[in-house]
Amino acid sequence: MCDTCGCNITHGNESLIKAGGKLEKTESGREAISVLHSLLHENDQTAQHNRDHFDQHHVLAVNLMSSPGAGKTALLEATIKQLDDCMRIAVIEGDLETENDAERIRKLGVTAIQISTGSACHLDAHMIHQALHNLDLDDFDIVFIENVGNLVCPASFDLGQHLNVTLLSVPEGDDKPAKYPVMFRTSDLVIISKSDLLPILDDFIPERAIEYLHSIACDAPVLELSSKDESGMHEWLEWVCHQIEVRCNYLEENPVDASQAHHHHEHDADKAQPPVMKQSEISA
Amino acid sequence: MHELAVCQSLMQQVEDIAMEHNAQSVTSIVVGIGPLSGVEAQLLKNAYTIASAGSIAEQAELVIELLPVRVRCALCNTESDALPNKLTCKQCGDWRTTLISGDEMMLMSVELEKAKEKLT
Repeated sequence: MCDTCGCNITHGNESLIKAGGKLEKTESGREAISVLHSLLHENDQTAQHNRDHFDQHHVLAVNLMSSPGAGKTALLEATIKQLDDCMRIAVIEGDLETENDAERIRKLGVTAIQISTGSACHLDAHMIHQALHNLDLDDFDIVFIENVGNLVCPASFDLGQHLNVTLLSVPEGDDKPAKYPVMFRTSDLVIISKSDLLPILDDFIPERAIEYLHSIACDAPVLELSSKDESGMHEWLEWVCHQIEVRCNYLEENPVDASQAHHHHEHDADKAQPPVMKQSEISA
Repeated sequence: MHELAVCQSLMQQVEDIAMEHNAQSVTSIVVGIGPLSGVEAQLLKNAYTIASAGSIAEQAELVIELLPVRVRCALCNTESDALPNKLTCKQCGDWRTTLISGDEMMLMSVELEKAKEKLT
């Protein structure tokens, strides 16, 4: 997408669209309207609104993605245990059904909002916007969004996060980046999770996973991590703290213009709705 | 999959445009899809049949233009075609490339049949 205006026209595709290009056609008697918006235009606008909201409150938003069972919740639990004293953390949990993951987080004394997506295979910006109505962001430094376990659909929906972290667990195999390039190439950090299994599942070669990431031009750093034996946790926590610092510095240099915030409604935890939102009317 | 959600968002945009232009019906919708958008053209077509039913665009033809995957190399500055899971430079083979086309899911144009203006 074009960074200047978000119009989706790039140097690579503009020849198709400009006058005389094969996509520029009109027929007599009818009117052709040129649009050039993303198909998810509305989602993208809400995502930007969410991001502005995070920025106004100096909160870093991190989107965790992976296949089901790669260890996203376990990583969050381990992270909370280590960072809870020095950092105010909130978690937004996305699952098709159950509140199990949110309950695991709440057991550690951390605020967790569960979004039950019903049949939807991904979170979208509107669901996050709804969840933010239940969070007073002044109380937090970082919000982790645990996306629906799925290596396909979540990749297409901007939520308003600042960073994407993708988990690739050892039992899944090291070639997942080649099979699911859409998701992996958007990663800002790739975590090889369940790394304590590497000695047993020795056909997973971390260097090969990195090679596959390079084939899709992904320059994200790669961490081997085990939430179980806590190896790699130190590097992960350092990365998180560094990213909060980077965001704070960015916002100091580029302050959010409050007058620009088109925010006519309250995001107030006092006016909270019940924490579980059924989104089952949104089709997968 | 998520193509139905994408298609519902598309239909909303098309209906808004049709209303804004006082159209009687929509005759065609052109979208551009790159392989790295995460949207499958055939699934989008299937979803379109469901999402357009009963709408002003029910009769419209959905034209899907598949856009190529193209990268520019940071090292040798060459632009080349690439594959969705092999985005390396064709010229020098380096992996540090920037995607310049291939992740689009874009509503490009809508063709409308305008309502006849009333004579007063």
